[in-house]
Amino acid sequence: MTVPIVELRNAVKEYASGALRVTALRGIDLRIDPGEYAVVMGASGSGKSTLLNLLGCLDHLSAGDYLLGGENISRFSDDQLSDIRSRRIGFIFQSYNLIPQLNVLENIEVPLFYQGVSEKAAAERAVVLAERMGLADRLRHKPMELSGGQQQRVAIARSLVCDPILMLADEPTGNLDSRTGHEILELIDELHAEGKTIVMVTHDDAIAHRAQRVVRFLDGEIVSNDWNGAEKP
Amino acid sequence: MNTMPPKRMVKLAFKNLGQYKLRAGLTMLGIVFGVCSVVAMLSVGEGANREIQEKIQRMGSQNILIKSVKVPKDESTSGGRQSMLASYGLTYEDARQFSQFVPNLVASTPMKILRYDVQYKARKLQTDVVATVPWFLRVQHYRMVRGRFLAGSDMEFGSPVCVIGSRLARILFAGCDPIGRTLNIDRDAYTVVGIVGDIAQGELPVEGELWLGGENQNVYIPLRTYLNKRGDLFAQWSQGGGVFEKIELHEVILSIDKQENVERAVDAVRRILRKNHKQEDYSIVVPLELIRQARETRRLFNVVLGSIAAISLIVGGIGIMNIMLATVSERTREIGIRRALGATRRDIVLQFLMETLILSLSGGTVGLAIGAVIPLMITATTNVKTVLTFPSFAVAFGVSVTVSVIFGIYPARRAALMDPIEALRHE
Repeated sequence: MTVPIVELRNAVKEYASGALRVTALRGIDLRIDPGEYAVVMGASGSGKSTLLNLLGCLDHLSAGDYLLGGENISRFSDDQLSDIRSRRIGFIFQSYNLIPQLNVLENIEVPLFYQGVSEKAAAERAVVLAERMGLADRLRHKPMELSGGQQQRVAIARSLVCDPILMLADEPTGNLDSRTGHEILELIDELHAEGKTIVMVTHDDAIAHRAQRVVRFLDGEIVSNDWNGAEKP
Repeated sequence: MNTMPPKRMVKLAFKNLGQYKLRAGLTMLGIVFGVCSVVAMLSVGEGANREIQEKIQRMGSQNILIKSVKVPKDESTSGGRQSMLASYGLTYEDARQFSQFVPNLVASTPMKILRYDVQYKARKLQTDVVATVPWFLRVQHYRMVRGRFLAGSDMEFGSPVCVIGSRLARILFAGCDPIGRTLNIDRDAYTVVGIVGDIAQGELPVEGELWLGGENQNVYIPLRTYLNKRGDLFAQWSQGGGVFEKIELHEVILSIDKQENVERAVDAVRRILRKNHKQEDYSIVVPLELIRQARETRRLFNVVLGSIAAISLIVGGIGIMNIMLATVSERTREIGIRRALGATRRDIVLQFLMETLILSLSGGTVGLAIGAVIPLMITATTNVKTVLTFPSFAVAFGVSVTVSVIFGIYPARRAALMDPIEALRHE
């Protein structure tokens, strides 16, 4: 049996919002295997963003367990989670989240920076990825000087830079026109085809069709878990 | 756990500061002014301090100075009756007893100091005439410029010779060599045998070098000669008429072998004078005590300066904190991004602290440079003595960096403790 990339066991997440306790995840179980491409859908407030934050190790579970690549990280310290984020997770955001004062190459290098990778090695790796994303002639440009599609490509390059085992995308096409969005989705398809494990949050049903698997959320619970015609492993 | 190599952190910090050039410059100004005012203040303080120290040192730390002091008339020794004769001050008997009873005494230097007209040909000047003994020169640490000082034989024979201060030499004998020439003190003729300069401070200048310390315009004559010619009575003419004063000795300098023994010697002097004098027509000056007082004053001065300096640096520090807080809140999103991409809290703290450190270090450096120039300008324009010392540089720089880092910690920690999810959502 293969070791799953993501395994959530009875995952509960509660927030204390003033006197109110809000339960964002009501004890969900979720397993994502290597090479899977899963789309998470649901209305806002359904818990899908909470799920993404948890998967991305930006947040702790209130109860239950989270195993990433077979390693139970539910009780990890803040520093340990930082390390996991830099080595094993690749983030792609709706609003790209590039650092404005850094140029394309420097932005791509940021995760390597926190791993202590040497400047030279980091630059070499960043150049390869930038070229692959079609940004060869934009290496020294600042994010402000790039189009939305180009910025998202930089973000994708950055998410790939430390060869993560899990890629998380939060509405990656939300800020793009449909043509550019399409290009980005094709890029993601390509990554999937290469064997990357991808979890993407989206509102868009059209996008959902591209994925193998659609997980639908409602009120902090998984209401459906469909394999789009594919075989359930 | 990995962290960024320091070199890259510095690079990153410069890059980040480069975004806000004006802001960074203005923040630095706070530190610049703080440091430069501290350096300037300390140098003026140190200058004043050295000047006082020098003056006191000139009197000699192993010496005790005893001076005659005129007491108000109605209390004078000559009784209740209005008298033309004022008699007060130190006596030969006092001097004799000092020599006999003061412990650890090396030399006793008696002096009569009187004001007379001193004349050479047509040039005339009123100045102090000091009738004293040959070892006066050594006790006072004066330095001969030319010729010789009073000698033992001058005392023995009561020779009419004098030694003049270098300034007086310039004024009276402009152009010609005073040695061997005869000048008049009041009506008496004296032959110049030497020219004396001012105190030898620190290292003596090489012979033939320009001597700037010589602001001495006194005339020194043998005590014996003066007594032979004039005695102890001194007539002083004022608007109302004449007053006769009888003062045996105006000043006695007692030289003690070691500083540790000065205190004991002073006690002995007090006892002798208390016994011999009905009233306090004398004063005792102990340079050693003055030095101690000066040190105490200096300590106080340093505390005051230190407080002012601390305040100005704290103001600079608050400026830094203010700016860094603004920067942190503006860069909330960047912090979120960095955290999401693997930065630990420590990485974030270090990033912002590094920026603060660069601001304060560069501000401190510029401040030192300006602070070093200001005292030079003060000295050049106002004749106030200033001294730049390395410790003042080190203190100003060290304190400014420390303050900045302390004030930088709060904004940096605030940045590090942000919830990355919240930070990412921040617009």
